[in-house]
Amino acid sequence: MTDAALQNFLWIFISALLVNNFVLAYFLGLCPFLGVSGKLETSVRLGGATTFVLIITAICAWALNTYILPHAPYLRLISFIVVIASTVQFIEMLIKKLSPSLFRSLGIFLPLITTNCAILGLAIFATNREYGLLESFIYALGAGGGFTLALVLMAGIREETELTDVPTLIQGTAFNLIIAGILSMAFMGFAGLFSS
Amino acid sequence: MATPSSPYEEMMKGLWRDNPVFVQVLGMCPMLAVTNTAVNALAMGLATLFVLVGSSFLVSVMRSLIPKQVRISSYIIIIATFVTIIDYSLLAVFPKIHKELGAFIPLITANCLILGRQEAFASRNSVGYAVMDAIGMSVGFLFALLALGSVREILGEGALFGFNLFGPNFEPWIIMILPPGGFLTLGLILLFFNWITEKRKQAQIEYQLAEERAS
Repeated sequence: MTDAALQNFLWIFISALLVNNFVLAYFLGLCPFLGVSGKLETSVRLGGATTFVLIITAICAWALNTYILPHAPYLRLISFIVVIASTVQFIEMLIKKLSPSLFRSLGIFLPLITTNCAILGLAIFATNREYGLLESFIYALGAGGGFTLALVLMAGIREETELTDVPTLIQGTAFNLIIAGILSMAFMGFAGLFSS
Repeated sequence: MATPSSPYEEMMKGLWRDNPVFVQVLGMCPMLAVTNTAVNALAMGLATLFVLVGSSFLVSVMRSLIPKQVRISSYIIIIATFVTIIDYSLLAVFPKIHKELGAFIPLITANCLILGRQEAFASRNSVGYAVMDAIGMSVGFLFALLALGSVREILGEGALFGFNLFGPNFEPWIIMILPPGGFLTLGLILLFFNWITEKRKQAQIEYQLAEERAS
């Protein structure tokens, strides 16, 4: 592998992980970000499951895009969403068989991965940028890592603020959104990581 | 499930009492991503309106045909079809707006507001109710998008719908059109919404107390 190729992979990874974080810079996957980030434990597990779906989707999207979609470009969205829905269904069955305890702890959040726009977004971004197989894989890894990172940071902050005296009016979503805004501001600092 | 209320009431509830963004906190992703200017917010709201009304209509018409086990996948395919239609139409008619919104038009598919309405309402009600509910919900969504988009454009660029409001001496708050501005503005709007709801509740309680005293 040449140096340039390695640098390209590293750039894709870091960019998806930090600079263009899916949650805090692209606003993708906000529903689980705001809904599931109450407990550290759950958010790590959900992050892992989402990363797995992201990777499988990225590979499938690449295959679809290379072999099928040149013949029928208008089917792009429909085929992607079918792939995502069936991957999630498949993972649900797999986890149920292999680890019933993990299945119970994830509960409703597992099927809800289907409507996580980070996954559809990743498939669309990767095909728009015409990534190859390996690039798609690394992009998915970075995006999944970034999603998990944002979720875990948010869960950590929320666990800390649980005992603080927050005015009743601002409690709930408004409070979480303002925390997210400050987190997002912090992540903007990573924009200087690469000078183009 | 039969609803005793009129179709008009079904429509009005989406605007304020059950507003999808301010009360139910659904559909946040497009909400924050495309509201850096009011024009983008308007375009996104109208596209969502088309998709939601179209898919609610189709789901309601086909509700007895869709098997229970595969209903979610069927809804998602119906939604994805309507999104593809609006994606290609926007590309043909307004290429500039299509370019600005970019990947967020296809991402309407994954807007949980739309799937939520199919599952909670359109699949259980007759066509008329389903369409009215869809119109109300999407107008409520459009209202929320416009509120956020206007605030961010006024503060971030000193303009509204592209018209300059404050003249050349205004120093724009760049942070408002960047991602953190979206989170902060929506947080503050939700706070404002909570405040109004609380005020109304208090006013109602005081009114009831006054009435009791009078009688």
